[in-house]
Amino acid sequence: MTELLTFLTMGFYLGGTVLSLAFLVQRSELISKFSFGMTTVGFFCHTAGLVGAMLATGQIPILTFKDAMSFFAWGLVLVVVIGGVKQGLRVLGAFMLPLALLSLLAATLAPAEPSSLSPVFQTVWVHVTLSMLGTIGFAVAFVAGVMYVLQERLLKSKQFNVLYFKLPPLDFLDSLNQRSILLGFPLLTLGILAGAVSAQLTIGTYLSWNFEQIWALVTWVFYLAVLLGRVTAGWRAKKAAYLTIVGFAGVILTFVGILIKSPHPMSLL
Amino acid sequence: MNIIVLGLNHRSAPVELRELLAIPESRMGEALGRLMAYPGIKEAMFLGTCNRVEVYAVVDKGEYGFQKLEDFLVAIHFSVSFDDLHPHLYRYSDEEAIIHLFRVAASLDSMVVGEPQILGQVKEAYDLALTHRSSGVILNKLVKKAISVGKSVRTNTRIGEYAVSVSYAAVELAKKVFSHLQHRVVLLVGAGEMGKLAAQHLVNQGVKDVLLTTRNHHRALALAQRFSGRAVPYENLGGMLAKSDIIICATGAPHFVISKEDIERAVHQRMNRPIFLIDITVPRNIDPGVKDVDNAFLFDIDDLKAHVGQNQEERLKEAEKAEQYVRQEVDSIVSWLRGLEATPTIVALRKKAEDIKQVELEKVFNRLSELSPKDRRVIEGLASSIVNKLLHGPLVTLKTEAQSHNGFAFIEAARRFFELKDQEIQDVETGAVDEVARDTEEQKISERLS
Repeated sequence: MTELLTFLTMGFYLGGTVLSLAFLVQRSELISKFSFGMTTVGFFCHTAGLVGAMLATGQIPILTFKDAMSFFAWGLVLVVVIGGVKQGLRVLGAFMLPLALLSLLAATLAPAEPSSLSPVFQTVWVHVTLSMLGTIGFAVAFVAGVMYVLQERLLKSKQFNVLYFKLPPLDFLDSLNQRSILLGFPLLTLGILAGAVSAQLTIGTYLSWNFEQIWALVTWVFYLAVLLGRVTAGWRAKKAAYLTIVGFAGVILTFVGILIKSPHPMSLL
Repeated sequence: MNIIVLGLNHRSAPVELRELLAIPESRMGEALGRLMAYPGIKEAMFLGTCNRVEVYAVVDKGEYGFQKLEDFLVAIHFSVSFDDLHPHLYRYSDEEAIIHLFRVAASLDSMVVGEPQILGQVKEAYDLALTHRSSGVILNKLVKKAISVGKSVRTNTRIGEYAVSVSYAAVELAKKVFSHLQHRVVLLVGAGEMGKLAAQHLVNQGVKDVLLTTRNHHRALALAQRFSGRAVPYENLGGMLAKSDIIICATGAPHFVISKEDIERAVHQRMNRPIFLIDITVPRNIDPGVKDVDNAFLFDIDDLKAHVGQNQEERLKEAEKAEQYVRQEVDSIVSWLRGLEATPTIVALRKKAEDIKQVELEKVFNRLSELSPKDRRVIEGLASSIVNKLLHGPLVTLKTEAQSHNGFAFIEAARRFFELKDQEIQDVETGAVDEVARDTEEQKISERLS
């Protein structure tokens, strides 16, 4: 049952992604409708799978790398589905869905792990859930940044092509960028604090100065700077777009850090 | 008699010169009075817009008329000299002048072909000429026709759509930078037609805060009323840039009004909030280097045209359709004008009388078949003498009055009294010489008989 749902989810997401990318270069509104429909159906399959897993284990399925990536993908698609209710924002799918598909692919390909963690790690789910929610916020900011840079280039080079007509206005993208960070940042902050507390509880130290922790802190400081820079130094519009793209690279590096380092409950090593 | 036009437009003269030649409405009466006081000028109309200053006139002798109109233009402003003005002027007479007037009214001579304001401006100019009694039979007919041609071109071709879409492209582009236009501040620099049109579109889209500035502050005040905006002194332009989200530049100045440094400073003051600029004039008023400034988005008229993305071929076809229509109408008005010359009217009148006489005689002779040749001659003589005596007064009056100030009114009146159609007069023209010869011959015969 779980496998069937995973399979369906992957299939619908793949279809939605391909169609949403086609929508970028085609004028047809029908493509957008199909893409949105497939994505929504995929999202329900995904949700059903998550709920099923939750009922089976009695906790949010997020504690393994596999589950966390799947949750991340679910969050991204949730944003696409909510955004897609508004006709003008369906274009979001073309940028978010590939990301969601990639993380779901990573989740599927990642080796299976012990189904339950040792009891000492049980508090960790707070840390992971909050951090993942924060990361979803940054991912949306990243996508808004990419779209901003694209639209800005099209406007500057006066290429009034299909993509130009599909992309939302610059100020909307800039505010989406800002709001996503405003939402993601406090969640990540709480996530990091929860992680530190968990670490204290499990291994007796708040901070062990390993790769992923350092990157997480660097990323946190970076986003803090992005938020403050907007108000104090005018880091908005194009600059904010580029900064969030760079910042998201930090987020990815943290993920990589989690994957390769120990002693993190999610480490593959 | 010649119809002439002397003027300058956006292609032939810089905006500074065009602005100097503007005549405020309050002084139009005096100006037209002065114009009509020149000997040999029978009718006149002054057309002044941001993009053109033209004097249309009906004069006795074309060359002399051009000189007088040029004197008049030089006299409008104390700082304009003959040498300043002369190289920028174009001159058209008769058929070319009519073609020019029709093309202007049809917006074929506009900077953006098809822009809608020009028709209203021609109407205003005509109304002023009517109010101040400087227009007469010919200009009345010509300008009315020009206005109807302008209207027909608008309704029968898609030429107007294009201009509207070009100015509307400014709105569509702005919407790609700002999602909600309602809260944006628009600054309109200059009073060019397309600029006003673009600003109007923005206001229609809900923009509430419009700032206006022109070198002539009175003009800005007038515009402020139209857009319910605020007029800003031109000297404060630099300070206003940072406060404006959307800047539309349509001054028509031959140099840059807004420099790259101005915009760099403005964007800096705005803490990188994007600024959207439309330069709607040729030559450009905003330094094209502005496009390299981050968060400043500059579009010129070519970009707007590209945004409309309309098929160039189709556009040319619409303009060509309009041109053809203009030519047709010019042909018909030219034939009307020809009729206003005294000779063809006189000939046509005689021909008409002669035709009636012949038809009536035929009828009588058919009924009275037993008449002797002598009787027939007497009856013919009687008919001719009635016709000639009846026509004598009108013909003499036409010949003498045709040379007078309002000669055209007499000719036009004669044509209406005797129901002479344009076509009849034209037909007559071709064979005018023979007709005149035959007419005089018959006149002699009838005089001899009586």
